[in-house]
Amino acid sequence: MPTDQETRPAIPEPEVTPEDPFLESETRHITSPSIKGNPDELRALEAGLDKLQSDAGRKAGIDWTRILLPVAALVVLILAWQIYVSLGFKRRDLVPGPLDVANHVGQLWGEGKIQEAVWTSLQRGVIGFLISVVVATPLGLLLAQVQPLRRAFGPLISGLQVLPSVAWVPAAIIWFGLTDGTVYFVVLMGAIPSIINGLISGVDQIPPQYRSVGKVLGANRFQLAVQIILPAALPGYLSGLKQGWAFSWRSLMAAEIIAVGGTIGFGLGSLLDQGRALSDMSTVMAAILAILFVGILIELLVFAPIERRLLHRRGLLAGSTR
Amino acid sequence: MPVVLENLGKRFGDGAPVLDDVNATIEQGEFVALLGASGCGKSTLLNILAGLEEPTSGALEVPSDGAAFMFQDSALFPWLTARGNIELALQLADKGKSLSKAARAARATELLELVHLGGAGEKRPHELSGGMRQRVALARALAQDRQLLLMDEPFAALDAITRDLLHDELERIWKETGRTIVFVTHNVREAVRLGQRVLLLSSRPGRVVAEWDVTEEHRTDPGRAGELTGTITRRLREEIRRHAN
Repeated sequence: MPTDQETRPAIPEPEVTPEDPFLESETRHITSPSIKGNPDELRALEAGLDKLQSDAGRKAGIDWTRILLPVAALVVLILAWQIYVSLGFKRRDLVPGPLDVANHVGQLWGEGKIQEAVWTSLQRGVIGFLISVVVATPLGLLLAQVQPLRRAFGPLISGLQVLPSVAWVPAAIIWFGLTDGTVYFVVLMGAIPSIINGLISGVDQIPPQYRSVGKVLGANRFQLAVQIILPAALPGYLSGLKQGWAFSWRSLMAAEIIAVGGTIGFGLGSLLDQGRALSDMSTVMAAILAILFVGILIELLVFAPIERRLLHRRGLLAGSTR
Repeated sequence: MPVVLENLGKRFGDGAPVLDDVNATIEQGEFVALLGASGCGKSTLLNILAGLEEPTSGALEVPSDGAAFMFQDSALFPWLTARGNIELALQLADKGKSLSKAARAARATELLELVHLGGAGEKRPHELSGGMRQRVALARALAQDRQLLLMDEPFAALDAITRDLLHDELERIWKETGRTIVFVTHNVREAVRLGQRVLLLSSRPGRVVAEWDVTEEHRTDPGRAGELTGTITRRLREEIRRHAN
């Protein structure tokens, strides 16, 4: 670390001499025992520096591009879709246009079917995800902090994350039959490994100095984990949670499409499968759009604000394209 | 209680020793500047004093309650405010849970006032300047309430005006709190400015090869201070030149 790294070049520099003791000519050493001035002047100097050097509070209003740009992109895509359909390359019942789908959604809404499907799926997705968080967080911390455990189970967890959770559906049906148990099992197997992995990689990215500081401050193992490691790993943990939610939602759809009937309620996947069985492309499209819509909504309303707040508080947001 | 180092040595694995036969005694309440070129094991020595690393040979006597530590960069936790960082240190140091939440908050306010940051308690580290961050780090180190305070080039990355100010602040706080301070630096002027005693550590292996007392006369007479700085600089250069061949 160079001695004279000037972090704030904007400050007027009274002494031009470089302070590196190895370069400085010996005859020019005039060590001032202290800065000239009385304590009051020093306080004022210090206060002035503090004011000049710390961030002025910036308050931004609503950034309309955040809303207008995605809406514009959506409009462009829907127009392109409508134009393509109007050109008539394909039969209308195989490739319905946006208006057909919108009409169909209206019809499904009237029957209360789409609300039921969204509500059932969302409820399961959220409950499954929350259970995964509760299970995966202590496991992740334990694996990240205890080396033998990590070495033993790390590869398995990474493997489980790669394994498509649909692969668990047949096993789940054999074990739990056509019940909600099957659905939750598949969701958990999808979400838990990815949350654990997110937390572990978050912990790996903590500057080693934080641990030293924790030790110097006298934290025991538990305090170190809960009061220093966990908050320090929060950005990585949060991306793990986001991914965990994505895996929950995907696994849930896979399970609902494959496992239909029994005591399993009617979810979006079931709606999708019903559309396929009836060769009703409008229903299929409506279900796909609803699945997509729920995904976007959760991202925009839940994860994006939390993430922005988290990064903003740590000063990590400047210059990002968020 | 004094800090005593006896024939202290440290090597990492099978490599050449980083520290070899280090001997020093630091009295209670003393301000010692530990001077040395880069790579002389100054930081390793501090880590050993702080209990972050174990010496491989020799004996070490430090206060049983450990030491407070201030790092080169402030190492404040970015998810906590300035006040939060200090309160965390108070909470972790308070093993017997004797401090109530209100008492902690009051103590944090006192410490913020001590480093002249009474108004910046609710700011987060990234909103503070480098100098302010180091002052928060100093307040956090004082929050630990240990007799021994170890400082690892804490002002190295600051601009000259800020550094001069922090020298004044540190000296004032040292006088007010009576801590024993071991201050590592590779800046001779800083060592003379702050220390009552300057220890020169040789490089590869690190060993205390010379020491100077900085008297009150040096503090008040710039000429004398400059003279001492020159002497120490010459000795330090000699030490570095030894490694040329």
